[in-house]
Amino acid sequence: MMRPIRWLLPHPFLTILLAVVWILLQNKLSAGMVVFGLILGIVIPILTARWWTDRPQGIRPLRMLTYVLLVLWDIIVANVQVAWIILTKSNDSMKPAWVVIPLDLKEPEAISILAGTITLTPGTVSADLSDCGRYLLVHALDADDPDAVRDEIKDRYERRLKEIFL
Amino acid sequence: MSLELIATYAVAVFLFIGSFFIIVASIGLLKLNDPMTRLHAPTKAGTLGIGAYLLAAMIHSFTVGEGSLHELLIMGFIFVTAPVSANFMAKANIHRRDCMQPPALPEGDTWATLNVPEEDREIEETARHT
Repeated sequence: MMRPIRWLLPHPFLTILLAVVWILLQNKLSAGMVVFGLILGIVIPILTARWWTDRPQGIRPLRMLTYVLLVLWDIIVANVQVAWIILTKSNDSMKPAWVVIPLDLKEPEAISILAGTITLTPGTVSADLSDCGRYLLVHALDADDPDAVRDEIKDRYERRLKEIFL
Repeated sequence: MSLELIATYAVAVFLFIGSFFIIVASIGLLKLNDPMTRLHAPTKAGTLGIGAYLLAAMIHSFTVGEGSLHELLIMGFIFVTAPVSANFMAKANIHRRDCMQPPALPEGDTWATLNVPEEDREIEETARHT
């Protein structure tokens, strides 16, 4: 029973995502568009299956949702902080710094999400990855204490991402 | 009527918030003097500034005529692509030695950007900004 389902839907999340993107692109909801979106969502994962052999086995959707909400909230808070820094601090009193983050995450997907999160939350930009993927290079706009930035990123984002990817 | 009024005010507020953050990003782009710190400014406009604009557009479309959810897609694609472009600009900065160099790594590990293959060293030298 499970075999045909796994063959038809090798990547259920991608199927839903493609269908939703298709419907949003049409910008109006109709039965025909939903059916066509689902057809695309079923055909494209089957055709591209050979390119994602090492993908993570599964994610915890609920934790993913809380993570997304946390990041959205952090983007708003951090934007205000950075706007304040840009408007009030002079260039000389800013302390830009490189922050090196040792990574516990192994999956490329998790590392890219972490790097994207770091760039989107203002004040930090992820700049580079070490050769073996064990360190992440982050540039901070104004950090009195680079170690504190590192600890916050590790505790706030990386710990949660480790729980999301099984 | 009153609902429409509230929506109009909400649109105005979100437009104002978006404009504020985009102005701050432009000020940052002009004011900051180091290529790496300047990179921080556009990521701000990309996230909250455009996010607030698109939210205003969505509220407007739902109160005036047909609703539109296109904007969610724009937001999604911007949030996915902005970190990639920021990463590429950071890499270019590191290659050109325009910024202070990243700290060295322990146990012989190197940063991927600085690990230039032997045959490309010459190009790396000429690209270097002195």
